[in-house]
Amino acid sequence: MTMAQITSPGPAQLLKFVREFGLTLTVVVLFTTLVLLIAGAPPLDAYFYILKGSLGSWVKISHVLKTWVPLTLCGAGLLYTFRIGLWNIGIEGQVMMGAVFATLTLRLGLNSQWPMWFLGLSFAAAALGGGLWALIAGFLKTKGGVNEIFAGLGMNFVAQGLILWLIFGPWKRPGVASMSGTEIFPQSLWLPYISSLRLSPAAIALAVTAVLITAVMLRYSRIGLCLKAIGGNSQACVLYGLTPTHFMLLAMMFAGGFAGIAGCLQVSGVYHRLLPAISSNYGYLALLVVMLSNYNVWVVPFVAFFFACLNVGSIQLPMMLQLDSSLAGVIQGALVLATLAVSAWRGRRAKIFEAQTQEAVAK
Amino acid sequence: MNEFQVSILFAAVVAGAAPIILATLGETITERAGLINLSLDGSILLSAMAAFVTAYLTHSVAVGFIIGALVGALVAVLVAVFSIYLSQSQVAVGFVLTLMARDLAYFIGNPYSRLQGPQVMPLPIPLLADIPFFGPVFFNHNWPVYLSLVCIGILTWYMYRTPMGLALRAVGEHPKAVFARGMDPKKLQLFYAVCGGLLVGLAGATFSLSTKPGWGRPQGAEGTGWIALALVIFGGWHPVKAAIGAYLFSFLQVMGIYLQGWLPSIPTQVFQVAPFPLMIFTLLLISLAQKEAFLARVEKMPWIRPFIQMLSGTPPSALGKPHEAE
Repeated sequence: MTMAQITSPGPAQLLKFVREFGLTLTVVVLFTTLVLLIAGAPPLDAYFYILKGSLGSWVKISHVLKTWVPLTLCGAGLLYTFRIGLWNIGIEGQVMMGAVFATLTLRLGLNSQWPMWFLGLSFAAAALGGGLWALIAGFLKTKGGVNEIFAGLGMNFVAQGLILWLIFGPWKRPGVASMSGTEIFPQSLWLPYISSLRLSPAAIALAVTAVLITAVMLRYSRIGLCLKAIGGNSQACVLYGLTPTHFMLLAMMFAGGFAGIAGCLQVSGVYHRLLPAISSNYGYLALLVVMLSNYNVWVVPFVAFFFACLNVGSIQLPMMLQLDSSLAGVIQGALVLATLAVSAWRGRRAKIFEAQTQEAVAK
Repeated sequence: MNEFQVSILFAAVVAGAAPIILATLGETITERAGLINLSLDGSILLSAMAAFVTAYLTHSVAVGFIIGALVGALVAVLVAVFSIYLSQSQVAVGFVLTLMARDLAYFIGNPYSRLQGPQVMPLPIPLLADIPFFGPVFFNHNWPVYLSLVCIGILTWYMYRTPMGLALRAVGEHPKAVFARGMDPKKLQLFYAVCGGLLVGLAGATFSLSTKPGWGRPQGAEGTGWIALALVIFGGWHPVKAAIGAYLFSFLQVMGIYLQGWLPSIPTQVFQVAPFPLMIFTLLLISLAQKEAFLARVEKMPWIRPFIQMLSGTPPSALGKPHEAE
């Protein structure tokens, strides 16, 4: 598995990386241009609008950062589950449950004199909500033997149903319930933000902290070592006295907790209410982010930033070129597939080369 | 309810199950050959879009179905090549393709949203359609529905009664044995991935040209791919049992519409997500049915035993583990 492979970069490796990266990028640009031509759109204009729409002004960059925060949080969380070999596809529902628990806490604080306390409490509640939702999938896997992909996926749909029910039922807006979500919270319950950019520094700080904690946990802590060991060979770990199921649940809890905090930020920092699309597919997208980062914690924030640029920039496409904004997803998917293909191809060539040199040495 | 209404209900179940059956059978073949094509949810949408757009442009439903099937096969080929020949994780590639195919469908299909396009015409079978009850339920549909019914039979016969079917099952159980018999496991798996992909593509085309005619965002087929993947497990990798699962699911969907009318106090969202907890529950039962401790405890409850027997099925032992040539 390449999952846990982390090598220190040397000049030769850097060159190899640049070459692979160039090849991948060429493949992706060619493919995307082809897709744009099929859709009858001018490719250069489309690329230009994506670039301008994501990095064209400080307001646009702040939008990108608002997307970057949940992607990075989820990406950091997913590193724990990937490290132990679990496919936590249920992360989307864990973001949703974090948002639900945060909304619940903030609703309790509606008429309170200390709104900041409830704002703080909402993070703990969200982490708990996401963590519990992940634990259910974890127990289904460890105790029930249900594949975590199906358990997680089912739980995602249940969470989505729960949010819809809350918005149209108990938490409906006075008057008419609608897809636009619950009533907007008073400003006292909003996460403090820079007013010119509508961006809250606390959210950025949380995402950065999550990356740092994850890096330390996975590289330098006993837990990180155990996760990696179990992900590599769970049977051998039993002989060493480790209980794989316990660590699986722990990894799920970490992932769910980070995802829950991402959901909380969506409520208190971005939308200030509960929406049907509160998770915005960030959980699913974070799976791609982590795969493209080759499961390396230091790469995750950069890939997340690039994906956020694509997401925010492509919002311009419907306005400017009457195209669907889903082009971002096409580019992101193509990037991951091309990376997998290029690394597999190079791996094969390296293997053949090795075999040839061994033969030559034997002669 | 009188007999007339019951036959309408069951006719709706049979018609609604058609695309789900096609997708489930396609995935059953692929998984029996040892390969998981996780991309179903995306490839169904992509082939639905391709089928609708080509049918719209050429004014031919048949062309739409052919293109839809080919698109489904193309996605399956990607999964197969990445996993069999490039040794990448099937789950990873399948998941990426799920998201990517869906987005590609929305992007390319955008100009064709909410257009009135061609549809499959109803084709009642003469004489058979006049049989009371069974006529309207089974023989008063269009040809994709008949195709779904015929496919169940053909596939079961092919898998369990022909030498090729034996090879199909063998490559999923023990690829090395197939290799020893002089066949190429990789080529066999690629071939059955394509066969499965064609059926998945037909499922997509059935959605956009018959079950939920038209294209849009959302199309209405979203989530079906995941249901089909779960039904393969529910059916214990057997085509007939998987088809029964598809009918049960379609029945739940149709009943949901009725129940909404009867019980307006229950929010609609409950009916929409009901299949998913049920899916988790059945998967749980299937896995528990293979545990000795659980069976011993259930021994005292005889009524539960037939359920367990029905649900017990073992996955092909080489599922998800591609053959590596020495």
